[in-house]
Formats: sequence, C-alpha cells, structure tokens
Amino acid sequence: MELHLILLFMIIAGIVAVEARDLISSVISLSAAGLGLCLAFLILKAPNLAITQLVVEILCVIILIRATINKDLPLVRDGRWLFNTISTVLFVVCFLAFAYFALKELPNFGEPIMRVSGEYIANSLEKTGSSNIVTAIALNFRGYDALGEAAVLFAAIIGVLAITRKSGRVNEK
Amino acid sequence: MKNNQIGMSLIVKTVTRLTVGLMLVYGIYIVLQGHISPGGGFAGGVIIALSFIQLMLAFGKGAVLKKLGREKCIFLSGLAAFVFLLLAVRGFVARHALGFQEGHSGIFSAGLIPFCDIAVSILVASGLFVIFLALVLLTEEQE
Repeated sequence: MELHLILLFMIIAGIVAVEARDLISSVISLSAAGLGLCLAFLILKAPNLAITQLVVEILCVIILIRATINKDLPLVRDGRWLFNTISTVLFVVCFLAFAYFALKELPNFGEPIMRVSGEYIANSLEKTGSSNIVTAIALNFRGYDALGEAAVLFAAIIGVLAITRKSGRVNEK
Repeated sequence: MKNNQIGMSLIVKTVTRLTVGLMLVYGIYIVLQGHISPGGGFAGGVIIALSFIQLMLAFGKGAVLKKLGREKCIFLSGLAAFVFLLLAVRGFVARHALGFQEGHSGIFSAGLIPFCDIAVSILVASGLFVIFLALVLLTEEQE
C-alpha cells in the first residue's frame, strides 16, 4: 500500500519535472522523485541500495544545478510537432508490446529464482566473515565485477579530464 | 569584507563550518562499517566527495584547492585503482584468505573486504570530486 502511494508520488513528481517552465523547479521535482525512490527501496528492505540512491541523487542534483544555473535552455516547441508526436507514440507502442511479452517470462514479485543466489545467501557469513551480505556478494563472490565497475569509473574520469583539458582546445575568439 | 564576497552568504558559510566535518566523518564511518552494517565503499566515497563539494560551493574554489588540488586528486584516484587491482591479483594468485577472519564484528574482520572498500571509496571520492572540479572550471572559463 505504501509502495503504491510512493510510486504515485514519483509519477506526479516526474510529470512536474517534465512540464515545469523553470529549470530550477524542474531539477527540484526530479530530486523529489529520487527521494521517493529511496523510500521505496527502504520499504522493500534494501537499506544498502537506499543509501547509495540518496547520495548519488544529491550529487547528480548538485551537478545539474551547477551546470545549468547560468543558462536558460530554449525549449524547442515550434514546427514538426506532428512528426514528434507520431514518433513518440510509435516508440511507446513498440516498447509496451515488447514489454508485454518480455515481462510475462519474469518470476513473480518476491519469488526469485534461487540457483546461484541461494548458495550465496546460505553460506556468505561463514565463507566471507562479513555480516552485511550485500558487501559480501559485491566484493567477495563477485569481486571481479566490482573491479570492472572501478575500471569503468576510472575510464570515465580519464574521459572527462581529456575532454576538458586546456591544451587541445581551439580558441574561437 | 572582501573575504565575504567569495562564495555564498554568511549563513551558508557558518552552517558549512558546522556540518562539513560531520559529513566527512560520517562518510569514513560508512566506508569502514561497510561489511558490518549497510553502507559500502561507493556510498561512503560519494559522501566524502560531497563534503568537499559543499566546502567548495560555500567558500569558493580557492579554499578547497589549497587543501586538495587537482593533481593530488588525479594521483589519489590512480593510486586507489592500482591498489584495488593489486588486491584483485592477490585474490587470483593466493588460494587462502587472510588470517583475521574470526568473529563477525569489528573493522578488521572479513578478510580483504575492508581494504577493497577503502580502495573503492578513495577512487570514488577523488574521481567524483575531480569530475565536479573539471565541470566547474569549464563553465567558469566559458563565461
């Protein structure tokens, strides 16, 4: 019941974020949607994920505000609205059709398939010694997965530093 | 009076002086307790980066760049990634866990997991802070 209320709140916040004229109010309603997602994770009993969602949301909102506060992005509303509407409806219909067939194959809510994860849940405490099972799986059973994530983050840092460097920039003045 | 014009207003600066140490300590706590209670390297690293970002938003970039420069950030993220890679290679080569595995509480209790957490947190904190720094410097140059 609480989950449905929070999902409704998140949908309303998302619609406000899309439709708001002011850029700052749009960003703030986006952060309200993120806070609702954090509460939904807490209700679904995933506190680890809730902490990560909250802090990443704060960081994203700060970067969005800092990057967009001095610019008013013009909204493109003139011309081609017929083509835009038709293509949007077409993609939504395609997505719903594929999702209808794909989501029928998923297991029911709260009944996961326990092939590998059952072994992890049963033996994680004595095999790793960590009482937080999420960290035990992420850094011990799936440790090379975490190494790949760190490599992706490192590549992102190198990419940002390479794009914003001074020496390669052309002076257009 | 000249000092007050850099950064945000006096209220924001006073509140930042009170909260930024708490945020830093809470981030370190989240990292070190990652294998005992909810938390972990990624979330704790983001909190540590957020404390530096708050200091920078309140006091301007000069106050932060004296403490943690751009080159130092890049060096720290590279060093943390290298340490994490060494830990992964150590797990690949050695077939047994580290010695202090008895007991399920305490900071040094779960083999290599706390060290992985610390390496990931330093990588995430310095990396996200240097990304924020690069974006801010880029927008300030464009103005």
